[in-house]
Amino acid sequence: MDFILLSILKTAIAAPVLLGTLAYLVWIERKVLAHVQLRMGPSRVGPHGLLQPIADAIKLLTKEDFIPSYVNHFYYWLAPWLALMFAVTAISVLPVGPVIELFGVKTNMGQADISIGLLLILGLTGMGVYGIALAGWSSNNKYSLLGGLRSSAQMVSYELPMALAIASPLLIVNSLNLREIVNGQAGHFFGIIPNWNAIGGLQIFSFLIYLICAFAETNRIPFDLPEAENELVSGYNTEYSSMKFAAFFMAEYANIITACSVATTLFLGGWHPIIPNELGGQFIPTLLCLFFAGVLFYHALNPARPSDRLSMGVIGLVIAGLGLVFQVPVVKDLAQPLFWFASKAGFLIFVFIWVRGTVPRFRYDQLMRFAWLVLFPAALLNLLLTAFVVAAKSN
Amino acid sequence: MDVILFTFFALVAIVGAVSLVLQKHPISSALSLVSVMVALAVLFLLLGAEFIAAAQLVVYSGAIMVLFVFVIMLLNAGAERESRKGGLAQFLGLPLTAILLVFASMVITQSMANAKAVKFGAFSGGGPREVGWELFTRYLLPFEVTSILILIAIAGAVVLARKEID
Repeated sequence: MDFILLSILKTAIAAPVLLGTLAYLVWIERKVLAHVQLRMGPSRVGPHGLLQPIADAIKLLTKEDFIPSYVNHFYYWLAPWLALMFAVTAISVLPVGPVIELFGVKTNMGQADISIGLLLILGLTGMGVYGIALAGWSSNNKYSLLGGLRSSAQMVSYELPMALAIASPLLIVNSLNLREIVNGQAGHFFGIIPNWNAIGGLQIFSFLIYLICAFAETNRIPFDLPEAENELVSGYNTEYSSMKFAAFFMAEYANIITACSVATTLFLGGWHPIIPNELGGQFIPTLLCLFFAGVLFYHALNPARPSDRLSMGVIGLVIAGLGLVFQVPVVKDLAQPLFWFASKAGFLIFVFIWVRGTVPRFRYDQLMRFAWLVLFPAALLNLLLTAFVVAAKSN
Repeated sequence: MDVILFTFFALVAIVGAVSLVLQKHPISSALSLVSVMVALAVLFLLLGAEFIAAAQLVVYSGAIMVLFVFVIMLLNAGAERESRKGGLAQFLGLPLTAILLVFASMVITQSMANAKAVKFGAFSGGGPREVGWELFTRYLLPFEVTSILILIAIAGAVVLARKEID
């Protein structure tokens, strides 16, 4: 019973955090894209548009849920929830921190700690394609159908180099359990270079291949052919409105979070700090927060707009307080791993948005050619070389 | 708990398999097959075969069935019209099915007369390490022969597809 109670408690914490992150990821994406394109971004609802996600949620919930008369009703209804379900459940096996002891209860940070964690994530994200394919097919519309077709072909093609890219760090850490994979990357070479797979493990190529495939698997620019606006209206979700459209939207962002978290776990050492704690790694979160708070205080003292004097100051105070939390004795063990995991995954998510702002879309034949003639041989070669190195080391 | 899960997913598998045959639309049939695959993966997991369960999910429902659905969508196959049953099938269909089921259950009960009931959680040798070890020691020859078979199939598919274009 203790296990079930603990799992319910963890889910009760993780689910709102995930949904909140999903909502604010949209705000972050719009803001970052706006600044890439020299615009302001959302700025009307609340200070700096911070209440925009809530306004969006209310808008989507109260909008008319219009169902065209020519769709296949059952699959039209099923598709968005299928996509969302598989996107969200994949997060349950991700470890975000080490085993900790809190109020006398010893538990691991993360929901399920299973021996085939990585394979389960691959399986669940692979199932996500049904949501998109069915949406395209059941809409009974040629643009939607083309989007669904493109998405299923693209996801099957990019799953191959992705799996090969994942296999080479697995040869080094020798486990499919995500917790053991992270623990295998602990420590630092010469006390300073982190022993992560992407750096100390020399797996930088598989990291890059994985990241490129992740763009294709999550249907993001430059591989967002399934919803290429200028040729397919909006692709597979053209006929969807209201909460069903929101479900596709949330599934896309949940998939991005999963892909970035898996990359963090596999290649960037999970929750391990970039600088060893003996050299002051544990002070980095606090110093970073204080630095950002200082920048915000400066803007509060020299406001560009009258409202900045209040909003910048308050947000600065919150961030400074957050920085001090990382040094409180008991909370520290919980907050420090979370900070490192979130900042690594967050940086990768930022890269996703950055690429969206700067790279144009591929043509469909280029996309397929790139997967089969460039990524696949490169991943295969990388796996072969890694296997040779691992074999030579173990002899 | 285990028995409840087993019963539920066994029922899902059976209902999915029956609906695979009964559905008129190819997409519905293909998705019924997906539900059978997923239910089978859960049954494997209940028996302690973790790796097989994951492989079932990744390979069958995640890759092969996606290709099935892709082809059905690409050909834009519509719902099949029910053909008029031939006279023989109309009268002999049900009795023959019943005879087949009785025969199959007889063979199963005879060949498994000494089998013991499965205990959930008793077997724990289904991890990737154990499966890999067995594949590369005891079953090395069948494993390698299968890879050659797949290579031949790929070469055949390429040859056939190329002929179509020219």
